[in-house]
Amino acid sequence: MINQESEQLTVAPDGRAPDEQPRWRQDFPIDWPQDEYVARREFIKFLLLTSVAFTVGQFWLLVQNFWRQQAAPQAQLITRVDEIPVGGSLIFHYPAESPARLLVRVDEETFVAYEQQCTHLTCPVLPAVEKGELHCPCHDGIFDLLTGRPLAGPPQRPLARVTLTVRDGQIFATGMERRTT
Amino acid sequence: MNRRTRFARSQRMTIAAGILFIVLLLIILQLWLFTATVNAFLGGDTAILWPAALVSLVCLGLNLGLLWYLYALER
Repeated sequence: MINQESEQLTVAPDGRAPDEQPRWRQDFPIDWPQDEYVARREFIKFLLLTSVAFTVGQFWLLVQNFWRQQAAPQAQLITRVDEIPVGGSLIFHYPAESPARLLVRVDEETFVAYEQQCTHLTCPVLPAVEKGELHCPCHDGIFDLLTGRPLAGPPQRPLARVTLTVRDGQIFATGMERRTT
Repeated sequence: MNRRTRFARSQRMTIAAGILFIVLLLIILQLWLFTATVNAFLGGDTAILWPAALVSLVCLGLNLGLLWYLYALER
């Protein structure tokens, strides 16, 4: 059995009796326990917005994935082999109007191409062919030139690789390969 | 016979604190799940997307249920 009367008692935060409270508190008594209860309840309600946001985010990723699958790129001519010297590089867009990709000629026979955005905070990476690296100048991220995997700095994920085909002296981009390791 | 359990205000305060704790745990789980899913998605691993979305939805449902229970206590 609950004493309904005791439910209505106002207890000040310091726990002292009402007549020992400062004058302002006697003049404007606040039902502190109820106030704390309502504050806690409202905080839980606010946290629910966070929960909704995370759930919406998850479904937004599903929508993004659907769009990504719909826009699977076709093969696209990038350039001719003899237009890139050994150690040279070329910026291109694949598919058209996508973020920049970077084509690098490592030696006579070897070409590699990656998304140019660093996987840390999307700064453009720059080739350092003599070191066999791709360097992100923003936070000193370093990727392996041949594999695109992170070697040093903050990036954790490899660069997305553009698969290439060399045919009749021409270089074609044929797809994107995203990796987590 | 329609009997309803009625809690004292101090008891409801304790229940609210417990619910707040559980809601916080669920939200931390959702945060971890979302960051892991984004990382997998950016890396091209899409197999995790549907399970992660469903688990996040279940967490949201639990949170909504707990809030509903808290309001039901006051009725």
